[in-house]
Amino acid sequence: MATISVEGKDIEVDEEGYLVTLADWVPEVAKVMSEIDEIELTDEHWDILNFLREYYEEYQIAPAVRVLTKAVAKKLGKDKGNSKYLYQLFPYGPGKQACKFAGLPKPTGCV
Amino acid sequence: MDGEGQTKKFMFVNRKVPYGTVYALESLEVVLISAAFDQDVSLAFVDDGVYQLKNGQSTDGIGMKNFSPTYKALGDYDINKLYVEKESLEERGLSLDDLMELTYEDEDDDWAEKTSIILVSREELAEVMDQQDVLISS
Repeated sequence: MATISVEGKDIEVDEEGYLVTLADWVPEVAKVMSEIDEIELTDEHWDILNFLREYYEEYQIAPAVRVLTKAVAKKLGKDKGNSKYLYQLFPYGPGKQACKFAGLPKPTGCV
Repeated sequence: MDGEGQTKKFMFVNRKVPYGTVYALESLEVVLISAAFDQDVSLAFVDDGVYQLKNGQSTDGIGMKNFSPTYKALGDYDINKLYVEKESLEERGLSLDDLMELTYEDEDDDWAEKTSIILVSREELAEVMDQQDVLISS
């Protein structure tokens, strides 16, 4: 099993880099994962990551990209709830990459 | 293949209690995946399947994830026809008040919040089933 090193602790991730145990997540996990993907996390990234964590808390699933886009538009405004903006933040896909940073499983229906 | 790009009516029929087997959870996951294909998707809850929508579920002590909150996300996925069979509820001493509030926002009606639950008799459900192109039972 692969691991990433977060605050001196080894945390298990699967072959695609998602956390094996969701409860292992701390904000530092997102930082370490983003460094691996060579992305510098800004407040704009955190808006989406926090949104995803709240969505998971409420519904127990990682939303599909289409659902994420719509929900972000509703909560944070249309200038953020569109796929161009979200892909700029998360070039590997707002569903896959943002969910990974947020410590969520891969979105249901994402292959 | 006939009807490429055509919308078909899919109904997922849920007959089992939510925990103890994986049927309910697996069916729900398939439903969420199916939403990506822009089909006309509905769900039916009959027999013990009505327990899947019971409010106040707790899985403390059985070591399974309480996935009931996920039904509340169905509206976000544009799945807003959840048929619940009246007789199945009554046979179990349940009524609509015992079920979770499941809603969607109607795009064609200024995003008004509406209930996704449609209470139907056994006879009415049979008619709705008859109109489907595909029935998937679990």
